[in-house]
Amino acid sequence: MGVEIQLHVNGKQHHGTVEPRLLLVHYLRDVLGLTGTHIGCETSICGACTVLLDGKAVKSCTLLAVQASGSEITTIEGLASSQKGAGNGAAANGALHAVQEGFWEKHGLQCGYCTPGMILAAVDLLQRNKNPNEGQIRSALSGNLCRCTGYQHIIEAVQYAAKKMSARKPLKMSASAGRTP
Amino acid sequence: MTTRYIGKPLKRKEDPRLIQGISHYVDDLNLAGMHYAAFLRSPHAHANIRSVDLSKARHASGVVLALSGADIDGAIQPVPCAAQIPDMKSAARPVLARDRVRFVGEAVAVVVASDRYAARDALDLIEVDYEPLTPIVNPEKAIAKGATPLHAGHKDNVAFKWELEGGDLKAAFKSADKVIRQRLVNQRLIPVPIETRGVIADYQPGEGQLTVWSATQIPHLLRTQIASMLNFPETLVRVVAPEVGGGFGSKLNVYPEEALVAYLAIQLGKPVKWSESRRENFQATIHGRDQIDDVEVAVKRDGSILGLRCHVIADLGAYYQLLTPLIPTLTGLMMTGCYKIPAARMEITGVFTNKMATDAYRGAGRPEATYLIERVMDLVAAELKKDPVEVRRKNFPQPNDFPYATPTGLIYDSGDYEKALDMALKVADYKKLRQEQAKLRKEGRYMGIGVSTYVEICGMGPSSAMPAGGWESATVRVEPTGRVSVMTGSSPHGQGQETTFAQMGADVLGIDPSQFQVVHGDTSIVPYGIGTFGSRATAVGGTAVYKSLLKVKEKLAHIAAHLVGSDPERMVFADGKISAKESPKKSVAFGQAVSAAYVAKTLPADMEPGLEATTFFEPSNFTYPFGTHICVVEIDREIGDVKLVRYVAVDDCGNVLNPLLVEGQVQGGIVQSVGQALFEEAVYDEQGQLITGELMDYALPHASDLCWIETARTVTPTPVNPLGVKGVGEAGTIGATPALAGAVADALAPFGVHHVDMPFKREKIWQLMRKSSGRVQ
Repeated sequence: MGVEIQLHVNGKQHHGTVEPRLLLVHYLRDVLGLTGTHIGCETSICGACTVLLDGKAVKSCTLLAVQASGSEITTIEGLASSQKGAGNGAAANGALHAVQEGFWEKHGLQCGYCTPGMILAAVDLLQRNKNPNEGQIRSALSGNLCRCTGYQHIIEAVQYAAKKMSARKPLKMSASAGRTP
Repeated sequence: MTTRYIGKPLKRKEDPRLIQGISHYVDDLNLAGMHYAAFLRSPHAHANIRSVDLSKARHASGVVLALSGADIDGAIQPVPCAAQIPDMKSAARPVLARDRVRFVGEAVAVVVASDRYAARDALDLIEVDYEPLTPIVNPEKAIAKGATPLHAGHKDNVAFKWELEGGDLKAAFKSADKVIRQRLVNQRLIPVPIETRGVIADYQPGEGQLTVWSATQIPHLLRTQIASMLNFPETLVRVVAPEVGGGFGSKLNVYPEEALVAYLAIQLGKPVKWSESRRENFQATIHGRDQIDDVEVAVKRDGSILGLRCHVIADLGAYYQLLTPLIPTLTGLMMTGCYKIPAARMEITGVFTNKMATDAYRGAGRPEATYLIERVMDLVAAELKKDPVEVRRKNFPQPNDFPYATPTGLIYDSGDYEKALDMALKVADYKKLRQEQAKLRKEGRYMGIGVSTYVEICGMGPSSAMPAGGWESATVRVEPTGRVSVMTGSSPHGQGQETTFAQMGADVLGIDPSQFQVVHGDTSIVPYGIGTFGSRATAVGGTAVYKSLLKVKEKLAHIAAHLVGSDPERMVFADGKISAKESPKKSVAFGQAVSAAYVAKTLPADMEPGLEATTFFEPSNFTYPFGTHICVVEIDREIGDVKLVRYVAVDDCGNVLNPLLVEGQVQGGIVQSVGQALFEEAVYDEQGQLITGELMDYALPHASDLCWIETARTVTPTPVNPLGVKGVGEAGTIGATPALAGAVADALAPFGVHHVDMPFKREKIWQLMRKSSGRVQ
């Protein structure tokens, strides 16, 4: 009853046979060992499981792995390297994506559990809107819950990243880079 | 000591691993041969269990073990309760229900399988024959005459009665110009850390070693309790709290699953993992608040408060968790808030109902106290037609009144309440806000301004006043390479002590913060400690670290003085060197002095080798941070929506190690208060079903629900510890709800409304405006 799937995750091709009911988040965490994507609610509300699927932020707890077959996935571990369009897994040299850097600089996290999802939701926003205002950031992150920070430092983190990203040449963003439609 | 790092907004040492997703929370850990546990939970709030049939589940694919309460009878002790109140009745929570279930979500059986999906599937094959009983949901009905007791052997559902009285209450009410009465409901909340609970246990039969990884705030206390519950040697139990994704008090507890997963690992000889689902987290992890307060206040016409009397009904749920009965008593201790009220009395009736237990949720009894006294101040102001700010100011103790003794038996350490109030009024431009409000009211717009001046009890605390020790431990070990390990008994889970303790160490030893590694949450490495809760990690845990640092420093001063030929008293630690004051030539590198301690050839006579010190710091008192919060809301006349317009917070938590982290704590705390005020409410229906049982039904604050929070600080150090730090983890949650409630009541004043119970949902507000729209002033 297994179904064959193939995915590009953080720039690397993966083939496998999975149960049709296997959630994408469990595939990423339990099969591929990419545990940076967290599970917080199993109902799409909290956003801790947010990943980029073909460049767009999605909640991997309510997607089946089979639905994601044929897609490109970027998880938090691959975000920094996806920025340079190369590599797999966490950037070995410790290089950070501008949004990750913003979260560090502006104290955009406390317990860190919502952080990977929050960062990827912010990346999604900054791909669509290079210079979002406070209200636009609040709105874009309203699918992601944080219980620690009160969100204000997260907003400052996103503003920091927006500024930093617009100061250098446009990034070739994430997974969709290099794919033919 | 020069403070090069203390007080500076250093970026956190914790963050690189967290922002790259390469840190490890419990569910991220995997051991070879891991098995997975899943719990079958009661769908009934109250029922007898006639039978549990596990036969089909036991034969399901992948299942290796299935157990009901009967199967573990006597093998695991019930959940411990550390709180003791005279004459309180017993209500211990069994790890698996045996004959009766008393709340929805109580575990009835457990299944272990080779993967998590198989374990979950097998739950559907378990057949439980329940005999439903009438649930008791409403706490007032629970203690009404004729209500059936929840627990066998009890004559009613009163868990305990607790009283506290100080001052001459009779005289206060006799000489009052007015007595104002109000009923306040502090609704039940669900803590909701974004990481749910999780446990992994691994048993190595050869060594007899049991290792338990748990998302906990109290690894050492948990270790002791797991050993006791399983009757297992404590020396062979290691508890690890790896990365913990928020707690807010909900992980300051001992849960059935922690003992049971350990038991399963021992039985199977295989590692077992349990990851709590969000629904389980809502149903079976502690809840917070849930008090009905009937309050009476005696006042003079000039606004002086003479006396305060309150009867509290505390809905405890069905069983005690670790601190359940203790929490409402904190409300009693803090009931007079930051005011000089000569007489006060509180009576608490703790009540059993068919619900999950309440326990410590961020603030734990003190948000209820602040809410109570601050609502009272607003009601007094409304009754006397005075400005709420002036009523507060009139009743403040003055700075020279400290240490200030309350009628409830506490000694407030230090404070300057007026200073924080004045700063907040200035930042908010209070006068202008009132003018604006008057103008808007004429336009038919309903803006409200709420003020909360709060004090909280923190830095928990002196052991004499704590159920299981209030001290904290720290070991500082300078390693032979000159790197410094700091082992703290605190168990941070987001608070950032890996950074702040390194900042402190860097200043004490005159080296860079990068040289420090703060280790926590592993009972095999860290000396026995208490944990992180009650805004204690810096005030108590940090002081233990500081004292250990000083001990190590003193030894290094002796070594360095011996090496350069000077006096230990004259040695200065700076820039990685230890130098004599009198001559820059008399100097050794920090690492050189450290090396001397280990090589042990050039030590002063009679000095022991090594460079390590441990402190168990016992605080002499609690600490009492304070502040003023001002909130501005506007209510939509058409739909009852409460919109946050402005929020100003001035907090005084004493000295500050890292202002960036303090800011984060304050903002996060305030937003949890916004949650209680505007959205959050754990609702059980008449059948005892938790109908807010998921994040789909229980609304947390989103980024889009909030306004910018403007913060400022005053600094009034505490004399209770040498760092002068008070604690800030709960300030926002303790100080903010009354500001929000005050703002909403103020906005609705034209409708003749002076008090509304939280949460301020649209429908409730709309109904209030509708009912009294004929009376709009």
